[in-house]
Amino acid sequence: MSKIMETQLLDIAAIRDQFPVFRETLPNGSPVTFLDSGASAQKPQCVIDAEREVLETHYANAYRGVYQFGAQIDEELEASREAVRRLINADDSSEIIFTSGTTMSLNMIAFGWGGRHLKAGDEILLNHMEHHANIVPWQQVAERTGAVVRYLPLTADGRLDLQRLDEFITPKTKILSVTGMSNVLGTINPIPELSKRIHDVGGVFVVDAAQSVPHQVVDVIADQIDFLAFSGHKLYGPTGIGIMYGRSDLLEQTDPLLFGGHMIDRVYEDHSSWAEAPAKFEAGTLPIVQAIALKTAVEYVEGIGFEAMHGHEVSLTQSAHQRLMEFPGVTIYGPSIEHKGAILSFTMEGAHPEDLAQLLDRKGVFVRHGHHCTMPLHDLLGVSSTVRVSFGLYNNQDDIDRLVDALQFARHRLRLG
Amino acid sequence: MSSTTYMTLEELKEEFEFLGDWEARCDFLIDLGFELPKLPDDAKIEPNRVHGCQSNVWLIASVNEDHEPATIRFLANSDAMIVNGLIAVLMAIYDDKTPEEIVETDVEEIFHELELDRYLSPARKNGLFGMVKRVRQIAILAASQDSE
Repeated sequence: MSKIMETQLLDIAAIRDQFPVFRETLPNGSPVTFLDSGASAQKPQCVIDAEREVLETHYANAYRGVYQFGAQIDEELEASREAVRRLINADDSSEIIFTSGTTMSLNMIAFGWGGRHLKAGDEILLNHMEHHANIVPWQQVAERTGAVVRYLPLTADGRLDLQRLDEFITPKTKILSVTGMSNVLGTINPIPELSKRIHDVGGVFVVDAAQSVPHQVVDVIADQIDFLAFSGHKLYGPTGIGIMYGRSDLLEQTDPLLFGGHMIDRVYEDHSSWAEAPAKFEAGTLPIVQAIALKTAVEYVEGIGFEAMHGHEVSLTQSAHQRLMEFPGVTIYGPSIEHKGAILSFTMEGAHPEDLAQLLDRKGVFVRHGHHCTMPLHDLLGVSSTVRVSFGLYNNQDDIDRLVDALQFARHRLRLG
Repeated sequence: MSSTTYMTLEELKEEFEFLGDWEARCDFLIDLGFELPKLPDDAKIEPNRVHGCQSNVWLIASVNEDHEPATIRFLANSDAMIVNGLIAVLMAIYDDKTPEEIVETDVEEIFHELELDRYLSPARKNGLFGMVKRVRQIAILAASQDSE
Protein backbone atom coordinates (compact mmCIF):
# COMPACT_ATOMS: atom_id res chain seq x y z
CA MET A 1 0.00 0.00 0.00
CA SER A 2 2.81 2.45 0.76
CA LYS A 3 3.93 2.20 -2.83
CA ILE A 4 0.63 3.55 -4.05
CA MET A 5 0.56 6.29 -1.43
CA GLU A 6 3.77 7.68 -2.91
CA THR A 7 2.05 8.38 -6.20
CA GLN A 8 -0.43 10.61 -4.41
CA LEU A 9 0.76 13.87 -5.86
CA LEU A 10 -2.38 15.88 -5.47
CA ASP A 11 -2.79 18.76 -3.08
CA ILE A 12 -6.22 17.69 -1.94
CA ALA A 13 -6.68 20.66 0.39
CA ALA A 14 -6.19 23.00 -2.57
CA ILE A 15 -8.51 20.91 -4.73
CA ARG A 16 -11.22 20.87 -2.08
CA ASP A 17 -10.96 24.61 -1.91
CA GLN A 18 -11.88 24.77 -5.60
CA PHE A 19 -15.24 23.13 -4.80
CA PRO A 20 -17.47 25.65 -3.01
CA VAL A 21 -19.67 22.92 -1.53
CA PHE A 22 -16.86 21.79 0.75
CA ARG A 23 -16.54 25.24 2.31
CA GLU A 24 -20.06 24.87 3.68
CA THR A 25 -21.07 23.09 6.84
CA LEU A 26 -24.36 21.31 7.32
CA PRO A 27 -27.10 22.71 9.60
CA ASN A 28 -25.86 20.49 12.45
CA GLY A 29 -22.35 21.89 12.07
CA SER A 30 -20.76 18.82 10.50
CA PRO A 31 -18.72 19.06 7.31
CA VAL A 32 -19.98 17.58 4.04
CA THR A 33 -18.64 14.07 3.51
CA PHE A 34 -19.66 13.43 -0.06
CA LEU A 35 -19.15 9.80 -1.03
CA ASP A 36 -21.55 9.58 -3.96
CA SER A 37 -19.52 10.85 -6.89
CA GLY A 38 -20.42 7.68 -8.78
CA ALA A 39 -23.95 9.07 -8.98
CA SER A 40 -22.89 12.63 -9.71
CA ALA A 41 -19.79 14.66 -8.91
CA GLN A 42 -19.62 18.01 -7.16
CA LYS A 43 -18.67 21.00 -9.30
CA PRO A 44 -15.53 23.11 -9.10
CA GLN A 45 -15.84 26.88 -9.06
CA CYS A 46 -14.52 27.15 -12.61
CA VAL A 47 -17.40 25.05 -13.99
CA ILE A 48 -19.95 27.03 -12.01
CA ASP A 49 -18.37 30.26 -13.27
CA ALA A 50 -18.31 29.04 -16.85
CA GLU A 51 -22.03 28.39 -16.82
CA ARG A 52 -22.78 31.71 -15.20
CA GLU A 53 -20.55 33.63 -17.58
CA VAL A 54 -22.40 32.35 -20.63
CA LEU A 55 -25.74 33.23 -19.06
CA GLU A 56 -24.62 36.64 -17.91
CA THR A 57 -22.67 37.87 -20.91
CA HIS A 58 -23.54 36.31 -24.27
CA TYR A 59 -26.26 33.68 -24.11
CA ALA A 60 -28.07 32.86 -27.37
CA ASN A 61 -29.37 29.80 -29.14
CA ALA A 62 -26.82 27.75 -31.02
CA TYR A 63 -26.30 27.24 -34.76
CA ARG A 64 -29.05 29.72 -35.59
CA GLY A 65 -27.82 33.31 -35.58
CA VAL A 66 -24.98 35.16 -37.28
CA TYR A 67 -25.21 37.96 -34.75
CA GLN A 68 -22.38 38.37 -32.24
CA PHE A 69 -23.80 36.33 -29.39
CA GLY A 70 -24.89 33.54 -31.69
CA ALA A 71 -21.51 33.36 -33.34
CA GLN A 72 -19.71 33.31 -30.00
CA ILE A 73 -21.94 30.52 -28.68
CA ASP A 74 -21.30 28.48 -31.83
CA GLU A 75 -17.56 28.90 -31.45
CA GLU A 76 -17.65 27.92 -27.79
CA LEU A 77 -19.73 24.85 -28.51
CA GLU A 78 -17.29 23.75 -31.17
CA ALA A 79 -14.40 24.38 -28.78
CA SER A 80 -16.13 22.16 -26.24
CA ARG A 81 -16.67 19.47 -28.84
CA GLU A 82 -12.98 19.69 -29.66
CA ALA A 83 -12.05 19.42 -25.97
CA VAL A 84 -14.10 16.22 -25.69
CA ARG A 85 -12.53 14.89 -28.89
CA ARG A 86 -9.11 15.42 -27.36
CA LEU A 87 -10.19 13.87 -24.04
CA ILE A 88 -11.16 10.57 -25.64
CA ASN A 89 -8.72 10.87 -28.56
CA ALA A 90 -11.33 10.67 -31.29
CA ASP A 91 -10.28 11.33 -34.89
CA ASP A 92 -12.60 14.18 -35.61
CA SER A 93 -14.86 16.43 -33.57
CA SER A 94 -17.79 15.58 -35.87
CA GLU A 95 -17.76 12.20 -34.12
CA ILE A 96 -18.66 13.88 -30.82
CA ILE A 97 -22.42 14.19 -30.38
CA PHE A 98 -23.91 16.26 -27.58
CA THR A 99 -26.74 14.44 -25.85
CA SER A 100 -28.52 14.82 -22.54
CA GLY A 101 -26.47 12.11 -20.85
CA THR A 102 -25.24 8.54 -20.92
CA THR A 103 -28.75 7.08 -21.02
CA MET A 104 -29.71 9.15 -24.05
CA SER A 105 -26.44 8.24 -25.76
CA LEU A 106 -26.95 4.52 -25.22
CA ASN A 107 -30.53 4.73 -26.46
CA MET A 108 -29.33 6.56 -29.55
CA ILE A 109 -26.73 3.88 -30.22
CA ALA A 110 -29.10 0.99 -29.53
CA PHE A 111 -31.96 2.30 -31.64
CA GLY A 112 -29.95 4.30 -34.16
CA TRP A 113 -27.44 1.62 -35.07
CA GLY A 114 -29.02 -1.51 -33.62
CA GLY A 115 -32.51 -0.67 -34.81
CA ARG A 116 -31.24 -0.34 -38.38
CA HIS A 117 -28.79 -3.24 -38.57
CA LEU A 118 -30.00 -5.97 -36.21
CA LYS A 119 -32.18 -8.75 -37.51
CA ALA A 120 -33.79 -11.88 -36.11
CA GLY A 121 -31.24 -14.27 -34.64
CA ASP A 122 -28.49 -11.68 -34.24
CA GLU A 123 -27.01 -11.54 -30.78
CA ILE A 124 -26.36 -8.62 -28.45
CA LEU A 125 -23.84 -9.50 -25.77
CA LEU A 126 -24.21 -7.85 -22.37
CA ASN A 127 -23.37 -9.01 -18.86
CA HIS A 128 -24.91 -8.80 -15.41
CA MET A 129 -22.83 -5.88 -14.14
CA GLU A 130 -24.34 -3.45 -16.65
CA HIS A 131 -26.35 -0.44 -15.56
CA HIS A 132 -30.01 -0.57 -16.60
CA ALA A 133 -29.23 2.08 -19.23
CA ASN A 134 -27.00 -0.47 -20.94
CA ILE A 135 -29.54 -3.30 -20.66
CA VAL A 136 -33.05 -1.96 -21.18
CA PRO A 137 -32.49 -0.17 -24.53
CA TRP A 138 -30.92 -3.36 -25.92
CA GLN A 139 -33.82 -5.45 -24.64
CA GLN A 140 -36.18 -3.09 -26.40
CA VAL A 141 -34.23 -3.17 -29.66
CA ALA A 142 -34.05 -6.96 -29.42
CA GLU A 143 -37.79 -7.15 -28.97
CA ARG A 144 -38.36 -5.03 -32.07
CA THR A 145 -35.78 -6.68 -34.32
CA GLY A 146 -35.92 -10.31 -33.19
CA ALA A 147 -32.33 -10.14 -31.99
CA VAL A 148 -31.37 -11.99 -28.82
CA VAL A 149 -29.75 -10.54 -25.70
CA ARG A 150 -27.14 -12.80 -24.13
CA TYR A 151 -25.17 -12.36 -20.94
CA LEU A 152 -21.50 -13.14 -20.65
CA PRO A 153 -21.14 -14.77 -17.22
CA LEU A 154 -19.24 -13.12 -14.40
CA THR A 155 -16.63 -14.82 -12.29
CA ALA A 156 -17.37 -15.36 -8.58
CA ASP A 157 -15.44 -12.18 -7.76
CA GLY A 158 -17.46 -10.03 -10.16
CA ARG A 159 -15.29 -9.84 -13.27
CA LEU A 160 -16.19 -10.78 -16.82
CA ASP A 161 -15.47 -14.47 -17.31
CA LEU A 162 -12.96 -14.11 -20.13
CA GLN A 163 -12.40 -17.89 -20.24
CA ARG A 164 -15.86 -18.21 -21.73
CA LEU A 165 -15.59 -15.43 -24.31
CA ASP A 166 -15.38 -17.90 -27.20
CA GLU A 167 -18.71 -19.43 -26.23
CA PHE A 168 -20.37 -16.05 -26.28
CA ILE A 169 -18.59 -14.04 -28.95
CA THR A 170 -19.47 -15.81 -32.17
CA PRO A 171 -20.25 -14.70 -35.71
CA LYS A 172 -23.82 -14.18 -34.49
CA THR A 173 -22.68 -11.52 -32.05
CA LYS A 174 -23.41 -8.21 -33.71
CA ILE A 175 -22.93 -6.01 -30.66
CA LEU A 176 -20.89 -6.22 -27.51
CA SER A 177 -21.86 -3.46 -25.11
CA VAL A 178 -19.98 -3.26 -21.87
CA THR A 179 -19.33 -0.83 -19.07
CA GLY A 180 -15.81 0.57 -18.71
CA MET A 181 -16.22 0.37 -14.97
CA SER A 182 -19.03 -1.18 -12.95
CA ASN A 183 -21.03 1.36 -10.98
CA VAL A 184 -21.52 -1.20 -8.19
CA LEU A 185 -18.57 -3.57 -8.14
CA GLY A 186 -16.04 -1.01 -9.32
CA THR A 187 -14.73 -3.67 -11.73
CA ILE A 188 -12.60 -2.20 -14.50
CA ASN A 189 -13.19 -4.17 -17.67
CA PRO A 190 -10.44 -5.17 -20.14
CA ILE A 191 -11.59 -2.88 -22.94
CA PRO A 192 -8.74 -3.55 -25.44
CA GLU A 193 -9.14 -7.33 -25.21
CA LEU A 194 -12.92 -7.18 -25.56
CA SER A 195 -12.58 -4.81 -28.48
CA LYS A 196 -10.27 -7.18 -30.29
CA ARG A 197 -12.50 -10.20 -29.69
CA ILE A 198 -15.69 -8.58 -30.95
CA HIS A 199 -13.97 -7.07 -33.96
CA ASP A 200 -12.56 -10.49 -34.85
CA VAL A 201 -16.14 -11.64 -35.50
CA GLY A 202 -17.10 -8.39 -37.23
CA GLY A 203 -19.26 -7.04 -34.41
CA VAL A 204 -19.65 -3.53 -33.09
CA PHE A 205 -18.11 -2.55 -29.77
CA VAL A 206 -20.01 -0.18 -27.49
CA VAL A 207 -18.62 1.14 -24.20
CA ASP A 208 -20.66 2.70 -21.43
CA ALA A 209 -17.96 4.98 -20.05
CA ALA A 210 -20.15 6.80 -17.51
CA GLN A 211 -18.01 5.58 -14.62
CA SER A 212 -14.67 5.22 -16.36
CA VAL A 213 -14.26 8.61 -18.06
CA PRO A 214 -14.00 10.51 -14.74
CA HIS A 215 -11.24 8.24 -13.47
CA GLN A 216 -9.06 6.93 -16.25
CA VAL A 217 -7.78 7.74 -19.70
CA VAL A 218 -10.23 6.61 -22.36
CA ASP A 219 -8.77 6.35 -25.85
CA VAL A 220 -11.26 5.36 -28.53
CA ILE A 221 -8.54 4.94 -31.17
CA ALA A 222 -6.06 2.89 -29.15
CA ASP A 223 -8.85 0.74 -27.72
CA GLN A 224 -10.79 0.60 -30.98
CA ILE A 225 -14.08 1.59 -29.44
CA ASP A 226 -16.88 1.98 -32.01
CA PHE A 227 -19.40 3.80 -29.83
CA LEU A 228 -18.86 5.40 -26.45
CA ALA A 229 -21.31 7.03 -24.05
CA PHE A 230 -20.75 9.18 -20.99
CA SER A 231 -22.18 12.07 -18.98
CA GLY A 232 -20.80 15.49 -18.11
CA HIS A 233 -22.12 15.53 -14.56
CA LYS A 234 -19.98 12.66 -13.34
CA LEU A 235 -16.92 14.40 -14.79
CA TYR A 236 -17.28 17.44 -12.52
CA GLY A 237 -19.22 19.09 -15.34
CA PRO A 238 -22.81 20.29 -15.67
CA THR A 239 -25.90 18.09 -15.56
CA GLY A 240 -28.03 17.58 -18.64
CA ILE A 241 -25.12 17.18 -21.02
CA GLY A 242 -23.73 13.89 -22.22
CA ILE A 243 -21.65 12.57 -25.06
CA MET A 244 -22.22 9.95 -27.68
CA TYR A 245 -19.07 9.15 -29.61
CA GLY A 246 -19.37 7.15 -32.80
CA ARG A 247 -16.73 6.33 -35.38
CA SER A 248 -17.56 8.45 -38.42
CA ASP A 249 -18.29 5.57 -40.84
CA LEU A 250 -20.60 4.02 -38.24
CA LEU A 251 -22.36 7.31 -37.63
CA GLU A 252 -23.15 7.46 -41.33
CA GLN A 253 -24.91 4.12 -40.96
CA THR A 254 -26.73 5.20 -37.83
CA ASP A 255 -30.26 6.61 -37.86
CA PRO A 256 -31.10 9.62 -35.75
CA LEU A 257 -33.44 8.99 -32.85
CA LEU A 258 -34.90 12.47 -32.69
CA PHE A 259 -36.15 14.40 -35.69
CA GLY A 260 -36.77 18.10 -35.98
CA GLY A 261 -34.90 21.38 -36.15
CA HIS A 262 -31.18 21.62 -36.98
CA MET A 263 -30.74 17.92 -37.80
CA ILE A 264 -32.07 18.21 -41.35
CA ASP A 265 -30.42 18.90 -44.67
CA ARG A 266 -33.59 19.62 -46.66
CA VAL A 267 -37.22 19.21 -45.73
CA TYR A 268 -39.80 18.68 -48.45
CA GLU A 269 -43.53 18.24 -48.00
CA ASP A 270 -43.31 14.49 -48.14
CA HIS A 271 -39.79 13.61 -47.07
CA SER A 272 -36.55 14.99 -45.64
CA SER A 273 -32.85 14.39 -45.77
CA TRP A 274 -30.45 14.61 -42.88
CA ALA A 275 -27.51 16.83 -42.13
CA GLU A 276 -24.11 15.28 -41.54
CA ALA A 277 -23.02 14.22 -38.06
CA PRO A 278 -22.94 15.67 -35.48
CA ALA A 279 -25.94 17.85 -36.46
CA LYS A 280 -27.88 14.77 -37.62
CA PHE A 281 -28.03 13.60 -34.00
CA GLU A 282 -28.60 16.96 -32.35
CA ALA A 283 -32.23 17.81 -33.15
CA GLY A 284 -33.73 20.71 -31.28
CA THR A 285 -31.99 23.10 -28.93
CA LEU A 286 -28.98 21.69 -27.15
CA PRO A 287 -28.30 22.20 -23.45
CA ILE A 288 -26.13 25.07 -24.67
CA VAL A 289 -24.78 26.46 -21.42
CA GLN A 290 -24.00 23.00 -20.07
CA ALA A 291 -22.33 21.89 -23.29
CA ILE A 292 -20.05 24.93 -23.23
CA ALA A 293 -19.16 24.51 -19.56
CA LEU A 294 -18.32 20.87 -20.23
CA LYS A 295 -15.15 22.15 -21.85
CA THR A 296 -14.15 23.79 -18.59
CA ALA A 297 -14.71 20.51 -16.75
CA VAL A 298 -12.65 18.59 -19.30
CA GLU A 299 -9.81 21.08 -19.01
CA TYR A 300 -10.08 20.93 -15.24
CA VAL A 301 -9.54 17.15 -15.05
CA GLU A 302 -6.85 17.29 -17.72
CA GLY A 303 -5.10 19.96 -15.69
CA ILE A 304 -5.09 17.71 -12.65
CA GLY A 305 -4.07 14.69 -14.68
CA PHE A 306 -5.61 11.24 -14.76
CA GLU A 307 -2.55 9.55 -13.35
CA ALA A 308 -2.54 11.69 -10.23
CA MET A 309 -6.33 11.36 -9.84
CA HIS A 310 -6.11 7.62 -10.26
CA GLY A 311 -3.29 7.27 -7.73
CA HIS A 312 -5.19 9.32 -5.20
CA GLU A 313 -8.44 7.42 -5.71
CA VAL A 314 -6.71 4.05 -5.50
CA SER A 315 -5.19 4.98 -2.16
CA LEU A 316 -8.58 6.13 -0.85
CA THR A 317 -10.28 2.98 -2.09
CA GLN A 318 -7.63 0.77 -0.51
CA SER A 319 -7.83 2.58 2.78
CA ALA A 320 -11.65 2.52 2.83
CA HIS A 321 -11.65 -1.16 1.88
CA GLN A 322 -9.37 -1.99 4.76
CA ARG A 323 -11.32 0.05 7.31
CA LEU A 324 -14.72 -1.29 6.17
CA MET A 325 -13.52 -4.87 6.48
CA GLU A 326 -12.77 -4.22 10.16
CA PHE A 327 -16.52 -4.11 10.84
CA PRO A 328 -18.12 -7.44 11.67
CA GLY A 329 -20.40 -8.94 9.04
CA VAL A 330 -19.27 -6.70 6.19
CA THR A 331 -19.24 -8.04 2.65
CA ILE A 332 -17.63 -5.89 -0.03
CA TYR A 333 -18.76 -6.97 -3.48
CA GLY A 334 -16.63 -7.25 -6.57
CA PRO A 335 -13.04 -8.11 -7.33
CA SER A 336 -9.91 -7.48 -5.32
CA ILE A 337 -8.73 -3.93 -5.14
CA GLU A 338 -6.27 -4.08 -8.07
CA HIS A 339 -9.12 -4.81 -10.48
CA LYS A 340 -11.44 -2.07 -9.39
CA GLY A 341 -11.88 1.68 -9.48
CA ALA A 342 -12.99 4.10 -6.81
CA ILE A 343 -16.24 2.34 -5.90
CA LEU A 344 -16.99 0.10 -2.93
CA SER A 345 -20.41 -1.51 -2.51
CA PHE A 346 -21.07 -3.43 0.65
CA THR A 347 -23.61 -4.91 3.00
CA MET A 348 -23.36 -5.24 6.75
CA GLU A 349 -25.05 -8.11 8.52
CA GLY A 350 -28.02 -6.97 10.60
CA ALA A 351 -28.14 -3.50 9.05
CA HIS A 352 -30.36 -2.72 6.11
CA PRO A 353 -28.63 -0.49 3.52
CA GLU A 354 -31.48 2.01 3.72
CA ASP A 355 -31.06 2.34 7.50
CA LEU A 356 -27.31 2.70 7.10
CA ALA A 357 -27.63 5.39 4.44
CA GLN A 358 -30.14 7.33 6.52
CA LEU A 359 -28.11 7.08 9.72
CA LEU A 360 -24.87 8.04 7.94
CA ASP A 361 -26.69 11.07 6.59
CA ARG A 362 -27.25 12.20 10.18
CA LYS A 363 -23.47 12.49 10.48
CA GLY A 364 -23.17 14.35 7.19
CA VAL A 365 -21.87 11.28 5.37
CA PHE A 366 -23.60 10.96 2.01
CA VAL A 367 -23.64 7.50 0.47
CA ARG A 368 -25.93 5.80 -2.00
CA HIS A 369 -28.00 2.75 -1.17
CA GLY A 370 -30.32 0.54 -3.16
CA HIS A 371 -29.88 -1.49 -6.32
CA HIS A 372 -28.04 1.33 -8.12
CA CYS A 373 -30.03 0.63 -11.30
CA THR A 374 -28.44 -2.79 -11.58
CA MET A 375 -31.19 -5.20 -10.58
CA PRO A 376 -29.82 -8.16 -12.57
CA LEU A 377 -26.49 -7.74 -10.76
CA HIS A 378 -28.16 -7.56 -7.36
CA ASP A 379 -30.19 -10.68 -8.22
CA LEU A 380 -26.91 -12.39 -8.99
CA LEU A 381 -25.34 -11.17 -5.74
CA GLY A 382 -28.43 -12.40 -3.88
CA VAL A 383 -29.14 -9.07 -2.18
CA SER A 384 -31.83 -6.55 -3.05
CA SER A 385 -29.78 -3.61 -1.96
CA THR A 386 -26.24 -2.50 -1.09
CA VAL A 387 -24.55 0.59 0.30
CA ARG A 388 -22.19 2.26 -2.16
CA VAL A 389 -19.27 4.47 -1.32
CA SER A 390 -17.75 6.17 -4.37
CA PHE A 391 -14.88 8.63 -4.45
CA GLY A 392 -14.07 11.73 -6.42
CA LEU A 393 -10.78 13.54 -6.62
CA TYR A 394 -11.77 15.84 -3.72
CA ASN A 395 -12.21 13.09 -1.15
CA ASN A 396 -9.57 12.61 1.52
CA GLN A 397 -8.66 10.40 4.45
CA ASP A 398 -10.80 12.54 6.77
CA ASP A 399 -13.81 11.48 4.72
CA ILE A 400 -12.95 7.86 5.38
CA ASP A 401 -12.50 8.55 9.10
CA ARG A 402 -15.92 10.19 9.19
CA LEU A 403 -17.42 7.28 7.24
CA VAL A 404 -16.03 4.83 9.79
CA ASP A 405 -17.24 6.93 12.74
CA ALA A 406 -20.67 7.27 11.16
CA LEU A 407 -20.86 3.52 10.60
CA GLN A 408 -20.02 2.98 14.27
CA PHE A 409 -22.81 5.36 15.16
CA ALA A 410 -25.23 3.55 12.83
CA ARG A 411 -24.28 0.17 14.28
CA HIS A 412 -24.90 1.48 17.76
CA ARG A 413 -28.31 2.84 16.77
CA LEU A 414 -29.20 -0.42 15.09
CA ARG A 415 -28.17 -2.30 18.25
CA LEU A 416 -25.26 -4.04 16.60
CA GLY A 417 -22.61 -2.89 19.06
CA MET B 1 -53.49 -11.44 15.77
CA SER B 2 -56.01 -9.67 17.98
CA SER B 3 -53.42 -9.60 20.78
CA THR B 4 -51.21 -7.26 18.72
CA THR B 5 -50.96 -3.87 20.32
CA TYR B 6 -49.54 -0.76 18.84
CA MET B 7 -48.92 2.63 20.33
CA THR B 8 -51.94 4.93 19.97
CA LEU B 9 -51.78 8.09 17.93
CA GLU B 10 -52.14 10.21 21.08
CA GLU B 11 -49.21 8.45 22.73
CA LEU B 12 -47.15 8.91 19.59
CA LYS B 13 -47.93 12.63 19.38
CA GLU B 14 -47.02 13.12 23.04
CA GLU B 15 -43.76 11.26 22.59
CA PHE B 16 -42.82 13.26 19.49
CA GLU B 17 -43.59 16.52 21.26
CA PHE B 18 -41.44 15.48 24.21
CA LEU B 19 -38.55 14.45 21.97
CA GLY B 20 -38.45 17.65 19.98
CA ASP B 21 -35.73 17.40 17.36
CA TRP B 22 -35.64 15.09 14.40
CA GLU B 23 -32.61 13.11 15.53
CA ALA B 24 -34.31 12.11 18.75
CA ARG B 25 -37.50 11.31 16.86
CA CYS B 26 -35.56 9.24 14.36
CA ASP B 27 -33.97 7.25 17.18
CA PHE B 28 -37.41 6.78 18.65
CA LEU B 29 -38.69 5.51 15.28
CA ILE B 30 -35.87 2.95 15.25
CA ASP B 31 -36.87 1.83 18.74
CA LEU B 32 -40.47 1.51 17.56
CA GLY B 33 -39.16 -0.47 14.62
CA PHE B 34 -37.45 -2.95 16.90
CA GLU B 35 -40.66 -3.37 18.91
CA LEU B 36 -42.89 -3.80 15.87
CA PRO B 37 -44.75 -7.15 15.99
CA LYS B 38 -43.11 -9.58 13.58
CA LEU B 39 -44.79 -10.79 10.46
CA PRO B 40 -44.45 -14.56 9.98
CA ASP B 41 -41.89 -15.36 7.27
CA ASP B 42 -44.49 -17.20 5.19
CA ALA B 43 -46.42 -13.93 4.88
CA LYS B 44 -43.43 -12.26 3.22
CA ILE B 45 -44.59 -13.19 -0.25
CA GLU B 46 -45.05 -11.18 -3.41
CA PRO B 47 -48.85 -10.65 -3.15
CA ASN B 48 -48.34 -9.04 0.27
CA ARG B 49 -45.51 -6.79 -0.87
CA VAL B 50 -46.18 -3.05 -0.95
CA HIS B 51 -44.79 -1.38 -4.04
CA GLY B 52 -43.13 1.99 -4.10
CA CYS B 53 -40.89 1.43 -1.08
CA GLN B 54 -37.11 1.41 -1.45
CA SER B 55 -36.90 -1.41 1.07
CA ASN B 56 -39.14 -4.45 1.10
CA VAL B 57 -42.45 -3.97 2.91
CA TRP B 58 -45.08 -6.65 3.40
CA LEU B 59 -48.54 -5.97 4.78
CA ILE B 60 -51.42 -8.27 5.74
CA ALA B 61 -54.83 -7.52 7.17
CA SER B 62 -57.54 -9.37 9.06
CA VAL B 63 -61.03 -8.48 10.28
CA ASN B 64 -61.56 -8.13 14.03
CA GLU B 65 -65.14 -9.24 14.57
CA ASP B 66 -64.92 -8.88 18.35
CA HIS B 67 -65.63 -5.26 17.60
CA GLU B 68 -69.03 -3.97 16.62
CA PRO B 69 -68.81 -2.66 13.98
CA ALA B 70 -65.90 -4.84 12.83
CA THR B 71 -62.45 -3.26 12.61
CA ILE B 72 -59.40 -4.13 10.55
CA ARG B 73 -56.15 -5.33 12.15
CA PHE B 74 -52.92 -4.86 10.26
CA LEU B 75 -49.55 -6.49 10.48
CA ALA B 76 -46.67 -5.09 8.42
CA ASN B 77 -42.90 -5.41 8.41
CA SER B 78 -40.00 -4.04 6.46
CA ASP B 79 -36.44 -5.29 6.32
CA ALA B 80 -35.30 -1.74 7.15
CA MET B 81 -35.63 -0.61 10.74
CA ILE B 82 -36.47 3.07 10.19
CA VAL B 83 -39.23 1.95 7.83
CA ASN B 84 -40.48 -0.39 10.57
CA GLY B 85 -40.68 2.69 12.77
CA LEU B 86 -42.75 4.46 10.13
CA ILE B 87 -44.96 1.36 9.94
CA ALA B 88 -45.50 1.72 13.68
CA VAL B 89 -46.68 5.28 13.03
CA LEU B 90 -49.12 4.02 10.38
CA MET B 91 -50.33 1.35 12.77
CA ALA B 92 -50.98 4.01 15.41
CA ILE B 93 -53.13 5.76 12.82
CA TYR B 94 -54.92 2.86 11.16
CA ASP B 95 -54.87 -0.34 13.20
CA ASP B 96 -58.11 -1.58 14.70
CA LYS B 97 -60.21 1.08 13.02
CA THR B 98 -63.37 0.49 11.01
CA PRO B 99 -63.10 0.72 7.23
CA GLU B 100 -65.05 3.97 7.36
CA GLU B 101 -62.67 5.47 9.91
CA ILE B 102 -59.68 4.43 7.79
CA VAL B 103 -61.04 5.97 4.63
CA GLU B 104 -62.01 9.18 6.39
CA THR B 105 -58.62 9.68 8.10
CA ASP B 106 -56.68 12.69 6.80
CA VAL B 107 -53.27 11.07 7.02
CA GLU B 108 -51.43 14.00 5.44
CA GLU B 109 -52.70 16.22 8.21
CA ILE B 110 -51.36 13.77 10.81
CA PHE B 111 -47.95 13.55 9.09
CA HIS B 112 -47.92 17.34 9.11
CA GLU B 113 -48.79 17.47 12.82
CA LEU B 114 -46.02 15.00 13.57
CA GLU B 115 -43.72 17.08 11.33
CA LEU B 116 -42.83 13.88 9.52
CA ASP B 117 -43.43 15.59 6.20
CA ARG B 118 -40.52 17.94 6.94
CA TYR B 119 -38.01 15.18 7.45
CA LEU B 120 -38.93 12.53 4.96
CA SER B 121 -37.30 12.56 1.56
CA PRO B 122 -39.66 12.33 -1.42
CA ALA B 123 -38.54 8.72 -1.99
CA ARG B 124 -39.41 7.78 1.56
CA LYS B 125 -42.66 9.72 1.40
CA ASN B 126 -43.57 7.78 -1.74
CA GLY B 127 -42.95 4.57 0.14
CA LEU B 128 -45.06 5.73 3.05
CA PHE B 129 -47.92 6.75 0.77
CA GLY B 130 -47.58 3.40 -0.99
CA MET B 131 -48.41 1.81 2.34
CA VAL B 132 -51.24 4.29 2.98
CA LYS B 133 -52.68 3.48 -0.42
CA ARG B 134 -52.60 -0.25 0.32
CA VAL B 135 -54.25 0.24 3.72
CA ARG B 136 -57.00 2.33 2.14
CA GLN B 137 -57.54 -0.23 -0.64
CA ILE B 138 -57.99 -2.92 2.00
CA ALA B 139 -60.46 -0.73 3.89
CA ILE B 140 -62.46 0.02 0.75
CA LEU B 141 -62.55 -3.67 -0.12
CA ALA B 142 -63.69 -4.56 3.42
CA ALA B 143 -66.41 -1.90 3.29
CA SER B 144 -67.73 -3.22 -0.03
CA GLN B 145 -67.75 -6.82 1.24
CA ASP B 146 -69.56 -5.61 4.33
CA SER B 147 -72.37 -4.07 2.33
CA GLU B 148 -72.94 -7.16 0.20
